[in-house]
Amino acid sequence: MAKSINITLKVWRQKDAKSKGHFETYHLENISTDSSFLEMLDILNEKLVDEHKEPIAFDHDCREGICGMCSLYINGHPHGYESEVTTCQLHMRKFKDGDVITVEPWRSRAFPVIRDLMVDRGAYDKIMQAGGYISVNTGGTPDANAIPISKEIADEAMDAATCIGCGACAAACKNGSAMLFVSAKVSQLALLPQGKLEAARRAKAMVAKMDELGFGNCTNTGACAAECPKSISLSNIARLNREFLCAKLKD
Amino acid sequence: MSTIDSKIPKGPLAEKWTNYKNTQKLVNPANKRRLDIIVIGTGLAGASAAATLGELGFNVLNFCMQDSPRRAHSIAAQGGINAAKNYQNDGDSIYRLFYDTIKGGDYRAREANVYRLAEVSNNIIDQCVAQGVPFAREYGGTLANRSFGGAQVSRTFYAKGQTGQQLLLGAYSALSRQIQKGSVKEYTRREVLDIVLIDGRARGVIVRNMTNGKIERYAAHAVVMATGGYGNAYFLSTNAMHSNGSVAIQAYRKGAYFANPCYVQIHPTCIPVHGDYQSKLTLMSESLRNDGRIWVPKKKEDAEAIRAGKLKPTQIKEEDRDYYLERRYPAFGNLVPRDVASRAAKERCDAGYGVAPSGLAVYLDFSEAINRLGKDAIKAKYGNLFQMYEKIADENPYETPMMIYPAIHYTMGGIWVDYELQTSIPGLFAIGECNFSDHGANRLGASALMQGLADGYFVLPYTIQNYLSDQIQVPRFSVDTPEFEEAERSVVEKENRILNIQGHRTVDSIHKDLGHIMWEYVGMGRTKESLETAIEKLKDLKKEFWSNVYVPGKVEDLNIELGKALRLADFIEIGELIAHDALNRNESCGGHFREEYQTPEGEALRQDEEYSYVSCWKYTGEGSAPELLKEPLDYEFTERKTRNYKN
Repeated sequence: MAKSINITLKVWRQKDAKSKGHFETYHLENISTDSSFLEMLDILNEKLVDEHKEPIAFDHDCREGICGMCSLYINGHPHGYESEVTTCQLHMRKFKDGDVITVEPWRSRAFPVIRDLMVDRGAYDKIMQAGGYISVNTGGTPDANAIPISKEIADEAMDAATCIGCGACAAACKNGSAMLFVSAKVSQLALLPQGKLEAARRAKAMVAKMDELGFGNCTNTGACAAECPKSISLSNIARLNREFLCAKLKD
Repeated sequence: MSTIDSKIPKGPLAEKWTNYKNTQKLVNPANKRRLDIIVIGTGLAGASAAATLGELGFNVLNFCMQDSPRRAHSIAAQGGINAAKNYQNDGDSIYRLFYDTIKGGDYRAREANVYRLAEVSNNIIDQCVAQGVPFAREYGGTLANRSFGGAQVSRTFYAKGQTGQQLLLGAYSALSRQIQKGSVKEYTRREVLDIVLIDGRARGVIVRNMTNGKIERYAAHAVVMATGGYGNAYFLSTNAMHSNGSVAIQAYRKGAYFANPCYVQIHPTCIPVHGDYQSKLTLMSESLRNDGRIWVPKKKEDAEAIRAGKLKPTQIKEEDRDYYLERRYPAFGNLVPRDVASRAAKERCDAGYGVAPSGLAVYLDFSEAINRLGKDAIKAKYGNLFQMYEKIADENPYETPMMIYPAIHYTMGGIWVDYELQTSIPGLFAIGECNFSDHGANRLGASALMQGLADGYFVLPYTIQNYLSDQIQVPRFSVDTPEFEEAERSVVEKENRILNIQGHRTVDSIHKDLGHIMWEYVGMGRTKESLETAIEKLKDLKKEFWSNVYVPGKVEDLNIELGKALRLADFIEIGELIAHDALNRNESCGGHFREEYQTPEGEALRQDEEYSYVSCWKYTGEGSAPELLKEPLDYEFTERKTRNYKN
């Protein structure tokens, strides 16, 4: 049943990438526990606008956990403490009356702050552009059933393909590594017969781009998989390492 | 008086597209390099078009509002994509997919367009598999299918409950490859605020850079809009927060016809509204109706007890449940089309049988399917949807039925296009949800993904060449022309005008008012009176917006409220168009239900004699009523019938 709580928020405010940021404290009363975390921020922003103050900038779009746009670091965890949720799927019923909630942007060298809680994740697109695809043009493809793929392989590829590219993995990693993100795409495509032809080239190109863009190395702490809202498995990183090594050995 | 030329090719239905392709003009590879194309949007239609045009050798400029092209709202489509593969050997064919789509659209779509859609549907599946889209498979390695509303065959391909995501990531990967090659230049966090016309042709766009508020100009030989639907005119919808109709409205103001705006789809299975702080509604995929059974209590006192929290749905005995879809529509049961299912839910709730504290919800129950197939089988099929429901509603749908209610989901109406997907402005094309072309008055489930990708991969890349072939002598445009100056000036003036109002209302508070008016008076059941009331109220709301909105900050800055205000101004205009169109259409068809026009059983009653046409609204200037142009819909190949999902 719906009830309401009073909370205190400590929100990171930062004018732009070059300015120094700071925490600002806000008190909110009578927040319905049925509202989502982002709806709570909407309420705060409405209040700020009413007081003729600048609203807090944060990224969001679909609000159903699939677009990967929302990106808040809540009480020290990307997308909050709850497992398997994005920020937009986090509900206020997970908080208690009187809670103090700290909200920060993703903090990672490769994701510079644009304003407040909004960061630039363009680096992930650049990694994808380096090789996150099967090189096939529109048209001239064989009948879809001409390539049989076992259910197990299709399901495994699907699990890897579930990645929403939100950046929580790199934000959670003490090294700022994008290995989970990169490995999910490399795995998906390396598992499928259509993607095998280019597997070696893909793994090398994506890893090289990741290094170039300032992401750190993987030291197998597993924070990425623990915080991933889509439960992308660490085994993908193992597969990426295997694909990468094989590719390098062939060179 | 303008006339409408839909440019439908001559010949038998099944040969029209082939004939068109055989005789259309093409652009040779050396000339393609010299031609620039702007594509607005990176959803299924936009990304697939931009990628394909890039592959062909055109120089493409692609814009999106999000921080990455991968985040367009196509990503949220859950259930699946239709194709006439007939892999299940259950009697499917291109003709049957065509026929189901025409019938599902309540005979208000163009036959030639729909047939072409059904024809290319099979290529889409081949294309996506080649890209590595991990569709669901059978143990033998072949592709799996499921059923969707309005069809008696299994023709829906799916990737768990995340089909839109997987298809969009496929298109995004093709797009990424072209960006790497340099044939597509991607512009993210950009909002297109106007379309620039030179000598009557679309030649560029005025863009707001959302990170700094700076205005940018881009020129091209042709402009393609792939900007999605305008459902957020209702404030609460299943659309993403940034989904909007602004480019469509700018195109309309520049002379593109807005077609059938009143055809708005209300999806029957969404999580019900629960509070006034709510920002959006979440869809529960139609695929759930494969195994879920929809019901309300048979007895009013049971419904009242449930609403008061004194009774649980699981305590209602089988014989006291009213599976009203199965009762009313034995042949299609829970898989009737969306408009029919939505109205049936509203009918039960209005009659006092609704559940949830608000009384505005019905049950979607999986207990029988779980008993029959086991919990694991249900989890494998719908796991992520059940999880999503539990996160939002805080109830476990494996143990207690889901509560659902209809919500605004998709807009069949949109910018008018001819057979070539060109709008009434030469050089301006519209693809995907933002055009009106294929779904008539109601879209069938799993057909939005099909249409977006059909337009982007297989239709536009052909038809746009027919236009561009005589543009090869036209040199690249400068953005320093008077036309660009003027367009930029008017955009900046509008921004300043909004910022200078300095009133007392936040953008969202006015948007919520708009949503209430639209849902209350232009929603699931419309009457002449309700629509006239809406038009009056919208006039007042427009005045309220332009005199009392408050937007903080500066124009040349990252200014979220200003972005929202610009979109809201356009949503109010769209709301007016929807109401005008609905008032003009004195009949019920598909998603447009006029309560005056129904059968004794409460089914939609079309008036084919008078309304078998596409309503094309032409802008006639600020403050003056739009002009109605009619594109007649001739049914040459199918016989128009009253839709029957009973037997």
